[in-house]
Parts: sequence; C-alpha cells; structure tokens
Amino acid sequence: MSHFLLDGTPVPFAAGDTLMAAAQRAGQSIAHLCWDARLGPSGACRLCTVRVDGRLAAACTTHAQAGQVVENRTAELDARRLRLTQMLFVEGNHFCPGCEKSGDCDLQATAYALGMADMHFELLAPQRPVDASHPDLWLDHNRCILCKLCVRASHEADGKNVFAIGGYGASTRLLVNAPSGRLGDSALQASDLAARICPVGAILPKRRGFAVPLGARRYDSAAPPEAPASASGDRDDAH
Amino acid sequence: MTPIEEPRRLRVATVSLAGCFGCHMSLLDIDERLFPLAERMVFDRSPFTDIKALGPCDVGLVEGGLCNSENVQVLRLFRARCKVLVAVGACAINGGLPAQRNALDIGQILVEVYRNRPGLAADSSMPSDPELPLPLAQVHALHEVVHVDHYLPGCPPSADAIYALLSALIEGRTPHADPAEIRFD
Ligand code: SF4
Ligand code: SF4
Repeated sequence: MSHFLLDGTPVPFAAGDTLMAAAQRAGQSIAHLCWDARLGPSGACRLCTVRVDGRLAAACTTHAQAGQVVENRTAELDARRLRLTQMLFVEGNHFCPGCEKSGDCDLQATAYALGMADMHFELLAPQRPVDASHPDLWLDHNRCILCKLCVRASHEADGKNVFAIGGYGASTRLLVNAPSGRLGDSALQASDLAARICPVGAILPKRRGFAVPLGARRYDSAAPPEAPASASGDRDDAH
Repeated sequence: MTPIEEPRRLRVATVSLAGCFGCHMSLLDIDERLFPLAERMVFDRSPFTDIKALGPCDVGLVEGGLCNSENVQVLRLFRARCKVLVAVGACAINGGLPAQRNALDIGQILVEVYRNRPGLAADSSMPSDPELPLPLAQVHALHEVVHVDHYLPGCPPSADAIYALLSALIEGRTPHADPAEIRFD
C-alpha cells in the first residue's frame, strides 16, 4: 500500500482517498468542521488546510499521492486555524452561555483546542430570524457556519434535498426547500441524518435542551481534540 | 534602621459595565487564596472599594459589554488609566447574552418595558432625566471601542482562570490562558 507522510508519520491510503479520509482512518486527526466520513467533501470551512509539499491545500479535497510530505500541526497552520475560527465566531451570534449545544459543539471545541480566548475581529451581529415552524426541530441561522453538512446529508443520505445554500458574500445563508421557505413545510423529519448532523447549535431538536449535566457533555468528558502546537498565549498581538 | 522593603503591590481596578457582577463573584470564588493575593495587590476603584475616582493602575479588570453612554465613558477612562486592560467574561468579549437585544429596536424595547408592560401605573412613561445614561442602539464588545490586552473567556471565567491571570501579572509574567481552562459557557 502507498503512503504519504503526515507530520513525519507514514499514513497508508487507497486509490482515490483524500488526505483527510486516509488520515482519519489511520487514527490521525486533522482539524475540520465541514467534513464527515459519511458524506462527500465540501471544502467550506478551510480548517483542514495543511501544507502539501510546501503548498497550502485543504486536506478534505486533496487526493493522497505516494510520498507526499504533509505538514499539519505547525504553529503557522494552527495560527491560521485560530483566525478562521474567530471569523466563524464573529460572523454569527455565538453566545455559548445560552446555547443548548454548548459542550457538544464542534466549533466551540475547535476554539478551545486552538486556545482561542478572544474574537480578534469586529462582530457582524447578524439578525436573521429563527425558524421554529417545525414540530420537532428549530433552526437558528445566526449560529449556522455554512458547513453544508445538512445540505449534503439531505441530498446524499436522506434523498430529500431539504437544504441549499443561497445568496452571495456576507449574506449567504442556508435555505429551506419548501414553498414557504420554512422548516415546518419541508420534508425534513427529526430522524433524518440532515436533522442530526449539524456540528453547531443551528439545527436543534425541540424540547431536549440542557439535558446533559455540566461535566458529562461530549467535550467536557474528553480532553479537547488536540493540544495546540503553538504557544497559545498570543492573543491580540499577533498582527 | 531602614524599614524592611515590601514588594510593590499591583494596583488593580475593577468595574462592571453591562455586566451581571457574576465575574466579580467568580473573582471572590478564589476563596482563601484571596488572602495571599491581597498581600501582593491592592484594589483601586472597584465595586469592592469605596474609591470613586480611578487612579493610575497596573491592571483594569472589566466585566460586561457596552450598553450605554456611561459604559463607553468609563471604559475609555479605564483604558487611559490602566497599563493592562483585561476583558473579563463573555459579555466583555462578544457582548454576551445582553447582546441578544441587538435583534430588537432599542426604542421599542423601552416602550415595551416602561409604557406597555402590564401592571404599570397608568401614567408610566419612559425615563428621560438627563441624569440617566442613554442606551446605545446595540450592545458592543470592549475590543470594538478600545485596545484590550488580555481576554478571560467564560460566563463567568473560573476562579482558577482569574487567579492564574492575577498571579501572572503580580509576578510580572505575561498571562497565558491555559487551553484546558478555556470555557465560553
Ligand atoms: S453553536 Fe457552538 S459556538 Fe455557537 S453559540 Fe452554540 S455552543 Fe457556542
Ligand atoms: S445548519 Fe448546521 S449543518 Fe447546516 S450548514 Fe448550517 S451549520 Fe452546517
């Protein structure tokens, strides 16, 4: 079997594998928010950006080749990841103290792992209305990071095409495929993969919040995914 | 006889802007470690003291975001008088839960609370005395108005995180948030 080198460790891969898929299968993790082994790649979040033979590339969309030298946990790449994560935070309204996903949220856990303490950028404070029209689910667009996991899950796994991404630039947002544009008038069901896959607190089940005690939530009980490679101290002075 | 020279004490000011005082309570959660800490620091203007005028300080700990004109004035004063300014807690860092009012029109909110709310006296009207600071149209984070040197996330930050920050500053070290201690909730 062919191998590439991930931070010096040989990772085996099969023909057609992306760097991300091969690394994940080999038990090596590369930071990501929009990738899921069950679905096709998207390349939306850019967290998995690595250096492949010296060039920046998204690990989730780059095909593995024998002998590639891939750098992942470097101070430079983690500094880029920190800025990307801060961009996602200021783009939405991430008030974790009142979010039912807190402690169970991939965005938040990524921020913790990168030692993120501040927002760095100006807050955009979007004011998109909540969609609570569905009997079992609700959708807060102000927490959506446009990872398209729900879009792909609905298309590839559920065969329903409930979601799409619409708009341009900073006003790009998640759309619901129903004449009214509302979740309650779509074919989405709480048991669909698309309803369960959201990595943040954008699509949530109704009447089930705050059920897990503090200390026992997914990212409370496990250590943060990985300790940061860089000295995490740089806060506001890394311009 | 020359008196034994005491180590210079860190001069610390604290303030709650659009805060809930919870970050100050978390500071008190340092518990008995407050005693050794108190030998190395002294509070200037703070809700813990009676000092009204802020003097030159080493450190300013600011909890709460900015919701009215007085908050902005006090924050600028803290920035001018404190060598090191620390944004303490979720509100100071991104406006926090109070910033959820940013979805609403501030005029409408005041009308709902002071005029339309059931149970108000018939002649209730919007408070308009110039003594009262005007609310800002939106709640803002501190770094949108002044430069902030350090951030202590959490709603509130843990007592351990606050203790680590104060200890570092007392010992002249640059505070580093321990990733294992970082919480936003
Ligand atoms: S979605 Fe995640 S990061 Fe956003 S507010 Fe909720 S817990 Fe925090
Ligand atoms: S709703 Fe959730 S899963 Fe769908 S795009 Fe937004 S963040 Fe991703």
